Amino acid sequence: MELTGLFFYLVSVLIAGGIYAVLCLALNVQWGMGGLFNAGIAGFFAVGAYTSAIVTTAVSTKHLGGFELPIPFGLVAAMIVAGVTGWVVAKICVRLKSDYLAMASVGIAEILRLVIVNESWLTNGSLGIAGVPRPFGDLVQGREADLLYLAMVWLCVLAVYILCQRLYVSPWGRTLRAIRDNEDSARAAGKDVDWFRLQTFVIGCAIMGLAGALSAHYFKFLSPSATEPLLVTFLVWVMLMAGGSGNNKGAIVGALAIWFIWSATEIITSRLPPEWITRSSYIRMLLVGLLLQFVLQKFRSGLIPEKSPKIRSD
Amino acid sequence: MSALLSVAGLTAGYGGVPIIEGVNLDVAEHEISVIIGPNGAGKSTLLKTIFALTARSEGEISFAGKEITGLRTAQLVPLGISMVPQSRNVFPTLTVDENLDVGTYAAPPKDKEKVRENVLSLFPDLRGKLDQAAGELSGGQRQMVAMGRALMSEPKLLLLDEPTAGLSPAYLEIIFDLLLDIRKRGVTILMVEQNAKQALRIADNGHVLVSGKNFVSGTGEALLNDDAVRRSFLGGAAA
Amino acid sequence: MIDFINLYLVPGLTIGSVYALGAVGISMIFGILRFAHFAHGDLMTIGGYGVLTAVWFIPLHPLLLLPVGMALAIGAALAVDEFFYKPLRKLPTIYTVIASFGVALIFRSLAQLFWSSGNQVFVSGVRPPMVFFDTFRISELHLQVIILTLIIAVALHFFLTRSKLGRAMRAVSDEPELAAVAGLDTERVVRWTWVIGAALAATAGVFAGMDTSMHPNLGWNLLLAMFAAAVLGGIGKPMGAIAGGLIIGIAEETATFTWLSDEPLISPSYKSAVAFFIMVALLLFRPQGLFKGRLL
Ligand SMILES: Nc1ncnc2c1ncn2[C@@H]1O[C@H](COP(=O)(O)OP(=O)(O)OP(=O)(O)O)[C@@H](O)[C@H]1O
Ligand SMILES: [Mg+2]
Repeated sequence: MELTGLFFYLVSVLIAGGIYAVLCLALNVQWGMGGLFNAGIAGFFAVGAYTSAIVTTAVSTKHLGGFELPIPFGLVAAMIVAGVTGWVVAKICVRLKSDYLAMASVGIAEILRLVIVNESWLTNGSLGIAGVPRPFGDLVQGREADLLYLAMVWLCVLAVYILCQRLYVSPWGRTLRAIRDNEDSARAAGKDVDWFRLQTFVIGCAIMGLAGALSAHYFKFLSPSATEPLLVTFLVWVMLMAGGSGNNKGAIVGALAIWFIWSATEIITSRLPPEWITRSSYIRMLLVGLLLQFVLQKFRSGLIPEKSPKIRSD
Repeated sequence: MSALLSVAGLTAGYGGVPIIEGVNLDVAEHEISVIIGPNGAGKSTLLKTIFALTARSEGEISFAGKEITGLRTAQLVPLGISMVPQSRNVFPTLTVDENLDVGTYAAPPKDKEKVRENVLSLFPDLRGKLDQAAGELSGGQRQMVAMGRALMSEPKLLLLDEPTAGLSPAYLEIIFDLLLDIRKRGVTILMVEQNAKQALRIADNGHVLVSGKNFVSGTGEALLNDDAVRRSFLGGAAA
Repeated sequence: MIDFINLYLVPGLTIGSVYALGAVGISMIFGILRFAHFAHGDLMTIGGYGVLTAVWFIPLHPLLLLPVGMALAIGAALAVDEFFYKPLRKLPTIYTVIASFGVALIFRSLAQLFWSSGNQVFVSGVRPPMVFFDTFRISELHLQVIILTLIIAVALHFFLTRSKLGRAMRAVSDEPELAAVAGLDTERVVRWTWVIGAALAATAGVFAGMDTSMHPNLGWNLLLAMFAAAVLGGIGKPMGAIAGGLIIGIAEETATFTWLSDEPLISPSYKSAVAFFIMVALLLFRPQGLFKGRLL
């Protein structure tokens, strides 16, 4: 019993870890390959989650739809809507230089949050959307369903990984990295820097949307307060930095490593006396904050560094 | 003759790549010395290394009979050295007066007002512009602000990197006259100059630097009359 | 009309004062260290909690205990600069931005750890507003905030233009390399930038906490508006940041006024989007801000 319990705990950790891996791959496209800072990851994640939920849930008076479409439609719609949102944002912001883009991305996350909280006709506001279906929900239930879902999440991770890897080695990816490492000379070589950046941002956002959809179908319920957006965004950043930004394998490994640490500390702290449990989550956050500082100072190239070394320190 | 500044075997560069190698240079008190040489020869790098702005890997520098190798810029200013860089040599949003004032911070003079009066007597044009932002001035006036700022710490040695770069011929004359005035007030000058001919005419000594190494040194006149120097470095310069 | 002043303009000036004081630090840090300091809002939170704690022990008016919050925020700022930002100075500044994003989280989790995650008020009870000319109403706190901010603005102006340290700060912000050539002690300037930025952040944090209540997200929630204020005022222009803060505050509040019809122009729930759009529009069309700040 203990052992099966532990096994299914591991399954749940791996599912969430897979979703983080997708997010981390997405950030790797934007930051690792494109050098675009995005502090609004959670916003695009939420857009994807709500889109897939609205597309796949049963008709409801509480929010838009639902349209009761099969789950694959939900996933695709999530990518499209998050991608289009990213496109609108990129259209406006992608010309901004590094720090300015970072500042703007905080605002984007905030505005997306405001829309989700305030537009009840669309999202049922703070009450959220319930009854988001799981794939094959009628056939298997309970823990076996988790196993099935685990397979599906990691299939998505694999698909996204292959896509990102293709992108990385393609001429497109090379140009992108050239822009990242030396924008001026890429511009001088006649590359349309803004257009490349826009594409990068949109692709990253679409993948973040996919991750959001995967999490919606996993938790079956969505609300603005279900996740702490800043924590998600932050964890993904730590994961990518620790894994090795610029390297897709590194992104996956970093996501898993950090998520394992995060989950393991949860096990440890869950045994603390109750008055300490709430505090312990703050301690964990504190430790992750410190971990990021360590990675930035001592471990900048990450667990699996990018192969072609960067030429960007100036 | 004991030199005010003496540089021996100086090697320096960026990121481990040497740009100047084994450079020797002596500057006597009260003289104007000019460094000339082709673009990229390392002239700016030499000045910056003397002033501890570029990392030195070998060689010794002494100033006024004292070893100054390894001292930081902020320590050199109180000893009596200042520098005007080649570009971006004023604080653009600070007023002219504030630019001058900043020049006193690293080595506060005993009587700031008197020093300021002295400096302004060299650059009377600036008097009417004291409250104007330095970035709004013309190129020539900015150069004056930059030299004024450097003189506010009452240096014995003034390092100038291409003080006439980008200035009109009229201003060129003015600046060269100013250099003679500055020297008259007891300041020794070591400068890099592209307008080699004119510079050598007012200079006591000249040093030609090629590919980061001493090529030839001599009095200004000797260099002006040296065939090799004329052919390679003075040929294109305006009369 | 008087409603517009009482209910929109005065609150706008009040929150604008908070933005202004926070934005001064952001603008100075941006000017001198050249990075967007993402932990500045949380530095405000730390300062606010410092004063809150002092009030528990010393029964004085919170504003009199400001120095406690300032000291805490200054200590925190100097510590994170020394341990987390300084080691990254040679790298592209975006790494310091990422580090400061982490520091924001560190500050917040410390606040939650030491002061709980709930809302806490400085002084309980509601005070009636002061009334002038029969119709002009302003709460005592709002009056204090606005007046203190104006005093700080004037003092800051004299500090920056008249004092040696203030001029050195502007010089480093203008041309750091030339400042080094002039023999200025850049690290000392950096330290003082943190001291002043953190002291003003603590002040802003206390103002914000007294106006509503203290909670761990207090500062982060204000960050966007303060970035906007710093950009509006021109990066590296502390006085511009003050003006920018006041303008953003007033713009946010008055955007919800019934300008065109009986409906608010912008629904109050989207107030914080105003700052974002002002900021992005500026960055695209006038990145130097209103007062010719530096460009990245
Ligand atoms: N900060 C730097 N980092 C790396 N290399 C540099 C740097 N500054 C100069 N260099 C290189 O050092 C060499 C010499 O430069 P330097 O500026 O000293 O030449 P210069 O003789 O002053 O030329 P100019 O007449 O163009 O001013 C050049 O090849 C230049 O590219
Ligand atoms: Mg040069």
